[in-house]
Amino acid sequence: MVAARSRWPYSCRWVPKAVDIRGVRRRFRIPRGLFGAEETVLALDGIDLSIEEGSFVALIGPSGCGKSTLLRIVAGLDTPDEGTVEVAARARGEVAYVFQDAHLLPWRSVAANVALPLELRGVPREERDARVLQALREVELSDAASRYPAELSGGMRMRASIARALVTRPKLLLMDEPFAALDELTRQRLDERLLALWNEHHLTVLFVTHAIFEATFLAERAVVLSGRPAHIVHDATVDLPAVRTSATRGEPAFARAAGTLLAALDQGAG
Amino acid sequence: MSTSRSLLAIALPPFVAAVVALAVWEGAARALSIPAYLLPPPSAVASAAVGDASALAGACVTTGLASLVGFLASAVIGVAVAIGLASSRIVERGLYPYAVALQTVPIVAIAPLLVLWCGAGPRAVAASAFIVSVFPVITNSLAGIRAVEPALRDLFTLYGASRSQVLFKLELAHAAPQIATGLRIACGLSVIGAIVGEFVAGFSEGSPGLGILVMTSYRQLRTDLLFAAVGCSALLGMLMFAVVSAASSLVLRRWYVAAR
Repeated sequence: MVAARSRWPYSCRWVPKAVDIRGVRRRFRIPRGLFGAEETVLALDGIDLSIEEGSFVALIGPSGCGKSTLLRIVAGLDTPDEGTVEVAARARGEVAYVFQDAHLLPWRSVAANVALPLELRGVPREERDARVLQALREVELSDAASRYPAELSGGMRMRASIARALVTRPKLLLMDEPFAALDELTRQRLDERLLALWNEHHLTVLFVTHAIFEATFLAERAVVLSGRPAHIVHDATVDLPAVRTSATRGEPAFARAAGTLLAALDQGAG
Repeated sequence: MSTSRSLLAIALPPFVAAVVALAVWEGAARALSIPAYLLPPPSAVASAAVGDASALAGACVTTGLASLVGFLASAVIGVAVAIGLASSRIVERGLYPYAVALQTVPIVAIAPLLVLWCGAGPRAVAASAFIVSVFPVITNSLAGIRAVEPALRDLFTLYGASRSQVLFKLELAHAAPQIATGLRIACGLSVIGAIVGEFVAGFSEGSPGLGILVMTSYRQLRTDLLFAAVGCSALLGMLMFAVVSAASSLVLRRWYVAAR
């Protein structure tokens, strides 16, 4: 059973913005041929996106359209050529990022990997240990604390990666196709776990994916990007009840909501 | 039990090969009555080694110390240079060709310079060991640091890691297996560098090194002692290699959990 906070109505109350993106453009120079020739590719073409605190937003688009670039810009790992990005949590170091692969440090145990963000910030050892234990419990990985990444399955590695993201108690969680490499069953379990964590921690989640069903299941709002140069072609609330369980995937409303997103994606890929 | 059995499996074949080779050598040297100054039989080499045991032991210590100093300098300076080169593409492009040039200049050609700068003796010999062994440390460490995945750098950036945190907790930790590879190559090379250095720069007071012993026994046509000295330098290189390998596999256990 996955509980969810009340999502409606947005419009009746003032909700602070977690992310405010205005007119963001990003170009990349790609080297072509031998003699230093370059080609400029426009990846993001005027993105306006405002995300309310506590919401779960899925960012969908065709492969290579610039979803990841947008996420990196929100994280502060990349800067736009034009436009502004305001991220309330960034200034306070409350942003966490989960990569496409788990990207754990292979020479560190699971516990030491999860402790890394706290270690980099100079959090004292006792506090660090307590918070690592808690984060591992939350992703149901306590038993594997002393094991090494190479000894874990893909799903366990990804859970360790999520524990590492949660250990700093972030306000904004950015996820870049985190479960793309996992098998369907593992992915569905992690999706459900993620919804529970989102609820417990009052997180704002921006979740990049190209999987329509995953986006439909997870998100209260779905933003669909077009192919390159990316602009927003669809931005709407996912028309499903707030509380989602594994049974939700079998309901007619789920198929309808997914169909809406698929149509938008198809139109954007055009 | 399985450990002792596998140790035997590792040690036995080379031991048998050595016994067979020595027996053939001994038999050939006697049967064809090859003059001892050309190819002394193993028994003659062994008796020379016993007769001049103290000279050989002293030479091993002298050369061993010079190689060790050269090797340690390579380890420290080589890794430091790799960190410097990795810090920026411009620095790497500017300086890397000269690191390559250092590698291609024959050590025999610059050994006289080392004598001019350091004076004949252990310092010039250690400098020679250093020059010969530093390059693999630089290239392997550099490759290891360069191989850090961009996503891991992003992770450290996101959590506001300082330059030294990135260096120690990410770059050097990530490069540790490659640095160890560089050091394993370097320790053998340092013995070669020391012996070549001694040919040119080794004449000084104190116990002569293996390189000097090789040169003097050659001039006196004491080919048996020459063989013994060559054997000692091979043993010295293998000893250094074994120590460095054991130390690195001890330190790197955690990097290779998957291999267990």
